[in-house]
Amino acid sequence: MGKIIINQNKVTYENAQEAIKICPFGAIEYQNNKLDINSACKMCKLCVRKGPAGVFEFVEEQVKAIDKNEWQGVSVFVEHNNDKIHPVVFELIGKAKELVKVTKQKVYAVLFTDDAKKFEDEILSYGVDKLYVYEHQEFAHFHVEKYASAMEDFIKKIKPSVILYGGTSIGRSFAPRIASRFKTGLTADCTILGMKENTDLIQNRPAFGGNIMAGIICPNNRPQMATVRYKIFKMPAKEKPHGEIVRMGVDQLDLSSNMKLLAVKPKDSSVDISEAEIIVAIGRPFKTAEDIALAKKLADLLGAEMASTRPLIEIGLMDPRKQIGLSGRTVAPKLLITLGISGAVQFAAGMKGSQVVFSVCNDKNAPIFDIAHYGVVGDVFKILPKLISEVKVLKGLV
Amino acid sequence: MKIVVCIKQVPASSEVQIDPVTGVLIRDGSNTKMNPYDLYALETAFKIKEQRKAHLTSITMGPQAATAVLNESLWMGCDEAVLLSDRKFAGADVVATSYTLSQGIKAIGDFDLIICGKQTTDGDTAQVGPEIAEALNIPHIAYVERIVEIKDKSIVVSVSMDKTNEIWEINYPCLITVEKGIFTPRLPSYKRSLKFLDYQPRTITFADMEDQNESHYGLKGSPTQVERMFPPEKNTDKELWIDSEEELAVKMANKMNQLKLL
Repeated sequence: MGKIIINQNKVTYENAQEAIKICPFGAIEYQNNKLDINSACKMCKLCVRKGPAGVFEFVEEQVKAIDKNEWQGVSVFVEHNNDKIHPVVFELIGKAKELVKVTKQKVYAVLFTDDAKKFEDEILSYGVDKLYVYEHQEFAHFHVEKYASAMEDFIKKIKPSVILYGGTSIGRSFAPRIASRFKTGLTADCTILGMKENTDLIQNRPAFGGNIMAGIICPNNRPQMATVRYKIFKMPAKEKPHGEIVRMGVDQLDLSSNMKLLAVKPKDSSVDISEAEIIVAIGRPFKTAEDIALAKKLADLLGAEMASTRPLIEIGLMDPRKQIGLSGRTVAPKLLITLGISGAVQFAAGMKGSQVVFSVCNDKNAPIFDIAHYGVVGDVFKILPKLISEVKVLKGLV
Repeated sequence: MKIVVCIKQVPASSEVQIDPVTGVLIRDGSNTKMNPYDLYALETAFKIKEQRKAHLTSITMGPQAATAVLNESLWMGCDEAVLLSDRKFAGADVVATSYTLSQGIKAIGDFDLIICGKQTTDGDTAQVGPEIAEALNIPHIAYVERIVEIKDKSIVVSVSMDKTNEIWEINYPCLITVEKGIFTPRLPSYKRSLKFLDYQPRTITFADMEDQNESHYGLKGSPTQVERMFPPEKNTDKELWIDSEEELAVKMANKMNQLKLL
C-alpha cells in the first residue's frame, strides 16, 4: 500500500513529455507547468521505475495488517438449479483440495437450499471436510438478496479464508454482491489458482483482452474470492465420503426482498456448445455465409458442433451462444479443430481443456500454435475442400 | 423517473504486448472509445424514456479526457452528464471503483433505476454493476436481455441464465446490467450536439462525496493487487506442420483417423 508523489521542483517541460509517453494508461497530465496523475492511474509504478529521475516517488504507507489465522478453510459455493448441482462446483472442490495441501486447511462447501437431502451425499462424495447447510423454503431457487443474507452469515460465523464460485450466470451475479458487502477482493474468470504458505490465494486471469496473464492477490482482506468458468479445472474423482454436515440456523436471517421471480422458461439447449464432444471453430477469415457453409460441411461429416471467435459474433455471422472464449462459452471437447483462428488469450482460455486440438492458420507465428497439438500452417480455404474429401474417403463415404 | 447510466471510456484496442527485454507493458493508450457494452445500457434508457417521462444522467469515473464519452452520451439522448474525477480515485480495483461510483451517484441525488452495460472491454470482469448495487444497498439483476414491462414502482425483466430464461420483477430503486443486443444502439445526433455546445458536464471530486474517508477510494480502498504480469503458458507437447495445402489436408485426415477421432 502506498502512493506516488511528484517532486514538482524536478519537473521540466521536456521530462514531463517523456513521463506522459511512458504511462501505458494515459494517466499523466501536464498543465500550467504542473505534472499531475489523474484517476486513470493503475498504480503500475512504471513512472517511478522508468520515468525521469527523481520526479516520481513511491511512498509506502503502513496499513494495519489483518490476522490471517482467524480465517480458515477454502470453501466452495454450491450452485444448484432444478434439483441438480452445477458440475463446476465439483471441479472447484477438486481444486480446493489441491490448494489446502499447501496450508493444511480444510475444504468446505456451503449450500443454500430448501431441501439439503437432495444434494448432501453427492457433495460429500467429492471429499469435502465440512458441508455447511442453510435450509429454508426461500432458498429453493437462487435469489441474490436472500442468498446474500445467508452467505453474509456464513462468512461472519465461519470466517473462511477463500470462497470459490462458478463463473456461471448465478455466480457472476452473486459473488460481486458479496465482495462489495465485505469490501474484499474478487477476481473474475480465473484460469489458474495457486496458494501461498501465508494463505494468500494466487489468482491468475487473462488481462487486457490481449496476450497477457495477470497474477492477482488479495493480501490484506478476507475472505478472498474468485470465480472460475465451467470446464477450466478438471472434474475430480469421487472418493469415500468423510465429511461432516453442519446445519446452520436460519431463523435470524433477514430474508426481506425487493425482487420476485415471476417465471422460469426453458431455453433451447440444442445450441449449447459447452457439452459438445467435437467442435469445429472458425475465425476471422470466414467472411460470408458460403465460407461458413464450407466449414459446416466438415462439421457435419465429423458430427461436430460449429463455434467461433468473437469477431464473427459481432458482425452477426454466428449465434452469440456459439462463441468460445472468456466472454463466451468454455469448451472441453475430445476434438477441437480451429480454422483461421490466431488464438488470443481470451479464446485460449475458453478451449484449454480440449483433449486434441488441430489448428489451421496461415501465420506460423500465431499464438494458437503454442496451444494446438497439431499446428497446420496454410490457407484454410485451400485445405478445407481437400480435408473434406479425405475424411469422406477415410469414413468410407465415397 | 430518474435513470442513471454508468459508462466508461476504454482503449480503442485492448491489445497489449510485453516488451520481452524490459518486461514493460506496451500499450497504445492514446486512442479511446466508449465501452461498446455501454451503448446498450444507454439505448435501454432511451427506450424507457420513449415510454415514460424520464430524466437521464450518464456518469463516468475517469480523467478529464473521459468527458468525450459523456458528450457522446448527451448527443445520443442523455439529459445530463457527470464526471467523477480526482487523483484520490487513482489505482482503484473493482471494489474501490464501484464504491466511488456509488458515492458519486448518491452525490447526484435521488434515482429510480441505474443501468450498466454487462461488462467493459478493458477489465472484462462484469462485476462493477452488482457491486455498485450492493454499495447502495439496492437490489440488482445482471444480464438482462429484455425489458418486459416498466411499471410505476417496479420493472419486469427477462434474464438469460445458463439453461433457462427467468422473468423477474424488481422494485425501484434498483440496478440492472443489460446484455449486448437488448436494443440496437443509436448514433449520436448532430442536432442534439448543437444543444450541448456550451454544456459542461458536472465534475464531482472527493470533496463532494458523503463518505470522506480517503481509505475507501483509489488504491487504498482496493483489496486486490496485481502481483505480476506474464505471458501465458505454452503447450510443449505439440507439432507444427508446414507443407503444401494438399499434403496438409491428407496429413490432418490421417492423423485424426489414427487417433480414432473419425
